[in-house]
Amino acid sequence: MQEAKEIAGDFTSPQVLDPWTGIRKVAREEYYTSGHRTCQGCESAQMMRLLAKAAGPRTIVLTATGCMYVANTTYYSTPWVLPWMHTQLGSAGSGATGTAAGLRALMRKGKIAKEPINVIAVCGDGGGADMGLSAISAALQHTKYNMLILMYDNESYANTDIQTSGSSPYGVNTSFSPPGKLHRIMHDQWKKNTAPMLAVGQPDCRYVATVVSTNAVDTLNKVRRALSIGGPTFIHSLNPCPKGWDFDPKYSHEIGELAVETGIWPLYEIEDGKLKMYGKSQHIASGAIKRKPVSEYLLRQGRFAHFTEQDIARVQARTDDMWEKWSLPGVIAFSRA
Amino acid sequence: MSTVEIAAPAKPFGELVFAPRAETEELISGSEAIAHAVRLADVDVITAYPIRPYDTVMQYVSKMIADGDFDCDFIVAESEHSQFEIVKHASAVGARVFAGSSGVGWLYAFEALAVTAGLRLPMVAMVGNRALDDPGAFGVEHNDALAVRDLGWMLCWVSTAQEALDTALIAYRVAEDPRVFLPCAISCDGAFLTHSQSIVKVPSQAMVDSFLPRYDRGDKVLHPDNPVTIAPQVNEDWLMEMRRQSDQAARRARGVLIDAYRDFNAKFGRGGEPFIERYMMDDAEVALVGMGTLSMPVKVAVRKMRAQGKKVGFVRVRWFRPFPTQELQEALAGVHAVGVIDRDFSFGSAFHSGVLANELRSALYPAKHRPRIVSFIAGLGGREVSAANVMDMTKTVFGAAEGAGPDAQDTYWIGARE
Repeated sequence: MQEAKEIAGDFTSPQVLDPWTGIRKVAREEYYTSGHRTCQGCESAQMMRLLAKAAGPRTIVLTATGCMYVANTTYYSTPWVLPWMHTQLGSAGSGATGTAAGLRALMRKGKIAKEPINVIAVCGDGGGADMGLSAISAALQHTKYNMLILMYDNESYANTDIQTSGSSPYGVNTSFSPPGKLHRIMHDQWKKNTAPMLAVGQPDCRYVATVVSTNAVDTLNKVRRALSIGGPTFIHSLNPCPKGWDFDPKYSHEIGELAVETGIWPLYEIEDGKLKMYGKSQHIASGAIKRKPVSEYLLRQGRFAHFTEQDIARVQARTDDMWEKWSLPGVIAFSRA
Repeated sequence: MSTVEIAAPAKPFGELVFAPRAETEELISGSEAIAHAVRLADVDVITAYPIRPYDTVMQYVSKMIADGDFDCDFIVAESEHSQFEIVKHASAVGARVFAGSSGVGWLYAFEALAVTAGLRLPMVAMVGNRALDDPGAFGVEHNDALAVRDLGWMLCWVSTAQEALDTALIAYRVAEDPRVFLPCAISCDGAFLTHSQSIVKVPSQAMVDSFLPRYDRGDKVLHPDNPVTIAPQVNEDWLMEMRRQSDQAARRARGVLIDAYRDFNAKFGRGGEPFIERYMMDDAEVALVGMGTLSMPVKVAVRKMRAQGKKVGFVRVRWFRPFPTQELQEALAGVHAVGVIDRDFSFGSAFHSGVLANELRSALYPAKHRPRIVSFIAGLGGREVSAANVMDMTKTVFGAAEGAGPDAQDTYWIGARE
């Protein structure tokens, strides 16, 4: 059980959630259990399970409209053991702010007992990188509120039939970007670089991390760090989606791992302005391991089945640039002219 | 695991005591009057976003906080949508909240406004009524606030700064009553009320505490000690039952409002009749009906016409939701014709009337005595409605009462250039 720091005056202490030093040290209790109806192999649901486990029982979770709302909370069959509330598609940032502000005001004014309570708002890439971006940006400026905004990124509006979002990868086949006779590539934008954008733009946000749910212990500990450092924090999680990405559900973990190994999904945390790569991304950055070719990731997924050699080469070249030409490899593109 | 005590109401309704009447008189605007009300209501979380004319209330609130006169979490949001979402979620964890907006700002928050009512969260909001864009106008129209009329929001229009302060206190008591748990919007005509000063009695904290119990969300509060799941997907299995619960709450609001006004009148010595204000209606042969600060020129005109021996009266609709069907049927039972002055429009609606005129026509249809109804659209975009305008309209209403003139069910635009 977590212990609270001493509370004095205006109540702002976060919970103290020390890292778990290995899989055997991880708590056994689950706070996201049966009762959901997510797809087989859903890595976003796996992320919810890890999130709830890492946070523990003294936690309030909000979920913006999206898969993790619609598939998780059919009336009478909630998987949430924690207090949970829906928030609107673009409201992860404002929902977290309001919850944290309400608790803080009630505690300061003596209307409820003082106690550190985790506030977590969850949104998908549509809710976070697209519609809710301004609210998340604003939330990360409110340093007096302890709250975590977690964006589970399945690279599409997966709940509404797989439509392209600002976080969809280049060239992807979605129901709004189907390859056709005239246009093979309908989605010609590059994936939005959301986590660095928020880290750079909100310098008082003390913690921003990227995770992939394949790596459970790392992911749990990133969540625990985000909840205990104090102030608003942001985690961007890449979550392979068998339905939207078109692969056999048994390969969900493998696809996530390949995203890291090919360099397409870099793992890092930015704490108090210091960037630290971790996991295999750290080894890629240091040169200890070589990146796998992106084709090993792309060709495993039906959503890229229309890709030509030229398209694959284009993704490879952009990924090479990320690691070889960016000023902060894998994270920040621009450099001094 | 530690436990949290959710504070019970300071005193249940029945045991609220009388506090000595101790009030100060201040020369303040409608916006400042509402700022005093939210301070006295000990609101916990307030969110602001700038748009004229409502935003003056937030200027007063922020100064009160800066000066240490008021303790609440005050958040300047990055949009009206976030502004209303933030207080919605603060309300769900048991905080008393306040927000507000005007014109298209209110509509930018529309999604949040819809779910706040659906979630049965007792937010109190101020709408500084303003014309919707485009084309741009700062002045008053009522279409902004009226946009939420079907969603479960309680809606009222006030006509003086004193009424604004008093109604805000009543609004918290009614909205947060567990029999109701519905949000409430207090409409103040832009400029005419938000920015106009008058002498207002500002009550003492003890007086307000004796009237307004603490917000207690009970077993619906979102807290780790009460791990509920709020607003899951219910689909066709349950949505209809939940909509009906909201309907029942809106019906119950009527009785709770009547109780609150009775208690407010007893404790503060003012407040008047809930729902409507009757002005020179006792022997009236025709009546004018309207909302908000229109009442000023209308009352002047009614007095002048009375001096000329014309039997005309005025009914000011204070609460639009819940709609005072019974009161209006009864108040208008003796008149031959009614002129409804709408500071709003409803393009393409029945008889192309204003919103209030259509609503009133609907309310009077089953009445034993059905007066003829004439609809006037006036004062849009903040244009002044003069006493002379009102007397012209009244002439048309007298004509309708005698069956004269064009089709009495037509709608007249007052003072609009061709």
